[in-house]
Amino acid sequence: MSTLTEAPPPLSPPAPEQKPPRRRGRWTPYWLLLPGILWLVVFFAAPMVYQASTSVQTGSLEEGYKVTWHFVTYWDALSEYWPQFLRSVAYAASATVLCLLLGYPLAYLIAFRAGRWRNLIMILVIAPFFTSFLIRTLAWKTILADGGPVVGALNTLHVLDVTSWLGWTSGDRVLATPLAVVCGLTYNFLPFMILPLYTSLERIDGRLHEAAGDLYAKPSTVFRKVTFPLSMPGVVSGTLLTFIPATGDYVNASLLGSADTGMIGNVIQSQFLRVLDYPTAAALSFILMAAILAMVTFYIRKSGTEDLV
Amino acid sequence: MAFVNWFKRHVVVIAGLLTLAYLLLPNVVVTVFSFNKPNGRFNYEWQRFSTDAWKDPCGVAGLCGSLSLSLQIALWSTLGATALGTAIAFALVRYRFRARGAINSLIFLPMAMPEVVMAASLLTLFLNMGAQLGFWTILIAHIMFCLSFVVTAVKARVMSMDPRLEQAAQDLYAGPFQTFVRVTLPIAAPGIAAGALLAFALSFDDFIITNFNAGSTVTFPMFVWGSAQRGTPVQINVVGTAMFVIAVLFVLVSMVIGNRRHRRKA
Repeated sequence: MSTLTEAPPPLSPPAPEQKPPRRRGRWTPYWLLLPGILWLVVFFAAPMVYQASTSVQTGSLEEGYKVTWHFVTYWDALSEYWPQFLRSVAYAASATVLCLLLGYPLAYLIAFRAGRWRNLIMILVIAPFFTSFLIRTLAWKTILADGGPVVGALNTLHVLDVTSWLGWTSGDRVLATPLAVVCGLTYNFLPFMILPLYTSLERIDGRLHEAAGDLYAKPSTVFRKVTFPLSMPGVVSGTLLTFIPATGDYVNASLLGSADTGMIGNVIQSQFLRVLDYPTAAALSFILMAAILAMVTFYIRKSGTEDLV
Repeated sequence: MAFVNWFKRHVVVIAGLLTLAYLLLPNVVVTVFSFNKPNGRFNYEWQRFSTDAWKDPCGVAGLCGSLSLSLQIALWSTLGATALGTAIAFALVRYRFRARGAINSLIFLPMAMPEVVMAASLLTLFLNMGAQLGFWTILIAHIMFCLSFVVTAVKARVMSMDPRLEQAAQDLYAGPFQTFVRVTLPIAAPGIAAGALLAFALSFDDFIITNFNAGSTVTFPMFVWGSAQRGTPVQINVVGTAMFVIAVLFVLVSMVIGNRRHRRKA
């Protein structure tokens, strides 16, 4: 590239404090970065700015929109759609907790107990990624069908009485209730919890467990005092990877829920693609982004792992 | 008492396997129902066994068209995102320069943003520009959201590379191009492959961002979405089953090859 390249390489090893000459030009990093970063600026950052400006515009589809700094849109959107906001956060939080409870044993199993089955189990966790998630979500309609074996079993055990009383299901149905939506969300984002958990569990030195056992710690104490604290990075990134996309998801609420289980993603989608009220839609998606950023920042501060993200 | 002790010792294994069952249950249902012969429009209830759908996977109007469109888009966005992302990853790991922090956050943000927000803002941009929604807008969007994942995957690999290997190559009179092709690229290849595979899977499966920016173009996930309202044909389950089987086989084969190479080295 530059004249440096043609210079013969040093025949004797350079002195320790002397760094080998850089063979690439000073501008190389910028040329490498340029196309990709330009792509992200034009199609990721700039659209965000556009959306911010859209949210303070007024007008109509026929006459066109103008920026009028009409901040009332935010207030109107929030006062009309706060139930959907609350529901999104509640569903996403429940799904995240369930993912953690379900995912931890499996990640632990793969990391410490699977032995020669480890690779096979890993494949079975990752492979569903390659099957369309919409098809798999639709399969839940079959699994949770009215009068199906799952609903039948829950009915026999009188579980549905309790969940209906709690407002999670309604009567003999699971489909079209909050429980179905949370079940779908949990299912869809479970791998995003398992993989970071597994990564951080796998790094733990097994001898630490032996040492704790030698010091007369019961298995439960070993878990509480050694394993779990050391897996915190995985817990934090897993919960973030589950919670953030689950809050904005509208597929599960549409396919498995009903009109009463609409999440904020459903509202944004219908405002954008059906009602064509762009300012409201833009304001809603901005509020969602801000809320998520605030919650995530708070969570990261609380968990004290700022350097991990 | 013996049972209680046994249960206590294996509680993690049992819980883990139950989670695995939860993860795989829909795949089992999809596979079983690909052999169903439904009476009505909806394929939600088991009627009777039949291999009709497997014999005629393209028998539903629009299904194979949307499938091939999705494959094309996934292929092109994989190529685009992998090329752009690999370059960024190398620049970030190998060079010190200004604005690294800003660039790192620009890479991180698309992964931390809910998909609806990205989808909606990209749509506002396209509407403002008066762009024709379709193949190109989908491709642009897919390259955009796959890029960060490729950068992360490649970065992890390049970071663990020993720079002395490249120095050694140069000491042996290899030019910069030769060093890159014969030394750097082969070592970075697993990271690049992982990034590309991830990009392909993400693009092929994406629904939310595509739904916003596709206009009237129908990709495979959008076809599935549409059919969920009209009545899902059995062929959709056939495609779902085939994809799962192909994915498992692909990973198994690549693992066997990797093992063999490993053994040869040892």
